[in-house]
Amino acid sequence: MSEFTQPQETVTLTIDGREVTVPPGTTILQAAESTGNRIPHYCYHPGLSAPAQCRLCLVEVEGAPKLQPSCVTQVRDGQVVHTASEKAKGMRQGVLEFYLANHPLDCPICDQSGECKLQDYVHEEGRKHGRSREPKRVFGRDDFGGDVLFYGDRCVMCTRCVRFMNEVAQDPRLTVVERGNRSVIDTFFEDGVDGSPYAGNIVDICPVGALVSKDFLHKARAWDLDHTPSICPNCSQGCNIDLHVRDNRVQRLKPRANPEVNGHWMCDYGRHRFEWMNRDDRLTRPLVREAGEARPAEWGAALSELLERLEEARPIRAVASPFASTEELAALRRVVDALGGGEILFRSPEADEEIPLPGFPQLARRRDLSPNRRTAELLGMERVGDAQGRGGLESLADYTGTLIVLGDALADMDADFGRQAALYLYLGSHPSAAAGQADVVLPIPTFAEQEGTFINGEGRVQRFWPGLIGPEQARPAWMPLGVVLSRLGVGNLPGSAGEAFLAATEVLPELQGLRHETIGTRGAILNEPVLLAGS
Amino acid sequence: MAYPYTHEKEVRVLSRGWGDPRTRTLEGWKAMGGYTALPKALEMGRAQVIDEVKASGLRGRGGAGFPTGIKWSFMPGEKKGAHYLCCNADESEPGTFKDRELLRWTPHQLIEGCLIGAYAIQADHVFIYCRGEFFEATQVLSRAVEEAYEAGYAGKNILGSGHDIDITVFAGAGAYICGEETALMNSIEGRRGLPRVKPPFPAAVGLFGKPTTINNVETLSSIPHIVNNGGSWYRQWGTEKSPGTKLFCVSGHVRRPGNYELPLGFPLEELIYDVCGGFREGRSLKAVIPGGSSVPIMSATDCEGCTLDYEGVVEKGSMLGCASVIIMDDSTNIVKQVRRMVDFYAHESCGQCTPCREGTQWLSRILVRIENGRGTEEDLETLLELGNQMTGTTICVLSDSAAAPVASSIQKFRDDYLALIRRGEKVGAA
Repeated sequence: MSEFTQPQETVTLTIDGREVTVPPGTTILQAAESTGNRIPHYCYHPGLSAPAQCRLCLVEVEGAPKLQPSCVTQVRDGQVVHTASEKAKGMRQGVLEFYLANHPLDCPICDQSGECKLQDYVHEEGRKHGRSREPKRVFGRDDFGGDVLFYGDRCVMCTRCVRFMNEVAQDPRLTVVERGNRSVIDTFFEDGVDGSPYAGNIVDICPVGALVSKDFLHKARAWDLDHTPSICPNCSQGCNIDLHVRDNRVQRLKPRANPEVNGHWMCDYGRHRFEWMNRDDRLTRPLVREAGEARPAEWGAALSELLERLEEARPIRAVASPFASTEELAALRRVVDALGGGEILFRSPEADEEIPLPGFPQLARRRDLSPNRRTAELLGMERVGDAQGRGGLESLADYTGTLIVLGDALADMDADFGRQAALYLYLGSHPSAAAGQADVVLPIPTFAEQEGTFINGEGRVQRFWPGLIGPEQARPAWMPLGVVLSRLGVGNLPGSAGEAFLAATEVLPELQGLRHETIGTRGAILNEPVLLAGS
Repeated sequence: MAYPYTHEKEVRVLSRGWGDPRTRTLEGWKAMGGYTALPKALEMGRAQVIDEVKASGLRGRGGAGFPTGIKWSFMPGEKKGAHYLCCNADESEPGTFKDRELLRWTPHQLIEGCLIGAYAIQADHVFIYCRGEFFEATQVLSRAVEEAYEAGYAGKNILGSGHDIDITVFAGAGAYICGEETALMNSIEGRRGLPRVKPPFPAAVGLFGKPTTINNVETLSSIPHIVNNGGSWYRQWGTEKSPGTKLFCVSGHVRRPGNYELPLGFPLEELIYDVCGGFREGRSLKAVIPGGSSVPIMSATDCEGCTLDYEGVVEKGSMLGCASVIIMDDSTNIVKQVRRMVDFYAHESCGQCTPCREGTQWLSRILVRIENGRGTEEDLETLLELGNQMTGTTICVLSDSAAAPVASSIQKFRDDYLALIRRGEKVGAA
């Protein structure tokens, strides 16, 4: 064996009669989880240290005199583990009964109900009737500052929140005060966790309803929420998230675990910027300007009008948005190129500084506050304007060629914008005064309403899926732009976002070899175009 | 004569200097033959010291009774970084008051034992963790440590041997749980006094992450005598498996409670009726807790023929623990007594592990109800089952300790419980 090929060491053990082979150093809990055998636990969290104090994950290990905490017990070759033996189950039942001895059982008014680990475990394995006849301990409610509300009576003292603040946020503002049965999570500071930029995560990791979000409080029951995998659009980190949607409204954003990007976490800045996805003032139909007035039109009519007027050869310039999907931006690039080529500008907001997460250094709220600036840059688009995403378009206000605007709301432009343009096409989601002079206005869905990809700051292509139903007539921009391209004889009309992604490879060689299907929910790193060119 | 009281059956090895204020000073202690073991140990070499302690059969006096020499040999032989020795002087077990006396009367005996122990395990630093409430003892000990430094027994290059051993007297803040060895280490490190998960064991990852041994005050105080006189000398007392002398802290309904140093294997009845003078007029034995409140209660029948060594007490269904003998006569309300102990554990639980945090309080509340005549017979089954769920399921043994007296008292004094429950029924009916 050469010194370069080290043997891959493994450990084989038996869990509930099933052989499992894992690397050495794995814990029993992780090994069981790798086979889909989920051992109940509270204090263990994959992103935090394991204090082994909840005592719920105790399992029977043959040869060990006592039940072993599976979250810290490492696997050994030939180990025989029983997670569902009478002894292990009996002990879990006992521990769950201890939890309920002081739990208020206020599930009907608890926000966590439906996604509560205490509820789940007790339903699965708990006793039918609790035996406690004693009065319950009462801590009441406490405002932890920021978005966090604490219901002490529901707390199971797993200390995940304390450990998150100590180990990951490294902003130790929470602690356990008192001891024994009087232990309670509390904060030393008047402001609690207010202003700690990642504090919202303690609500996510709380296994019960002890820490809840003020913003989400009593908004929706967990079982009424649809979860859609998505990407946080609020900076170029591209945290993987789930959109939690009820009644076609995003109710909250939750981080979705991706060890490469955001671990289990997301920042509060991103977490709380979703209300715009629920805006009701939308562009709902294509508009065509006739006799100086924008009139609703059918898609067919609007596209005919557009194609008719595009055929004249003339200079072209465009404005894009780094909030649009890669598929949309690439389609715009191709249209502009097919019409003779021209400058594409974009504006994007920028923060003064990054907000790092010390305990998980890959993650920071980036300075770049848009999700897809990387794509715009790869497509040779030019960033203009200031850090607020304003200005820089003055030269376009009186432009006389073909003008296409994709996604930018043009909030700082006045109603005369584009008046001089020979053809002004506006593709957007929301009404804009500066679209008033557009010859054709096409409604497009927001990222939350369509399928697509963003490329984050480190060059990772990540997919998002539609969580909301957009206006009936809205179509992703790659669709009408695809119609234009096929009419110009450049490529076929893509039938899906996946096809639009493949078409984007034309102008984004970095995407070569990638497909929506292979990107999956974890994302994929861009290819090095240089290497491809050389091969 | 001596220390307030004594008895002719006592074998005063550790407690020899008690009651004599001179033993608190370096000079006084040297006059009694002190500080002869340390130079001898340095001459013997550490392997020999450990062998001698192994040969003596000395067992840890903190309660677990683990052989000290073997514990020391768990420390890494090859020293890679700092090693620490912690002396556990956080004596808080209800019924125990031997370490306090060792600290306040014979501090140099302990210091000498600590230095020898540190030398044996290659520790650079000894932390003596004193119970927060031991104000006087901590002062006496601190003064003695200063003297030891001045005389060159502690500090740099002790007695010209080339070894550096520092001693720090550390006062706890008054939590029972800090007497648990890993919580003690957390406390010294400035953290909350929470027991740590084992493994890793302290001999591998201990204080400040370094190999550490934790020994009880009485254990370390025995070391100079063993080094001076040899292991076989120590074995002249006690039994084959439990050699040596032991300080028995006797409290409760006897005429002469107190600390008595007796050979291990001493008959319990002789301790009660002879050494401690028996009961008040007209009273008789009801129950004994032989090893501090954490061990199962023994009934009068269990006490018959019981010998006070580690094995002898186990044979009778309890444990010797730290030999804190609590004796109760027939005037005792066992339920109240047990409730009082469970309350203590509920108050002192660190609150990490669920079975302990919730269980101790729950047990206490049920016991209060029974005590007040509002219990039912099902409560007894619940108590037993909760106790079972609290045993062997937590990081440390505080939870087991709270459950032990409950389970054993229900088993042995069920009638006492039933009497209270039935009295309640009558009250309810009337």
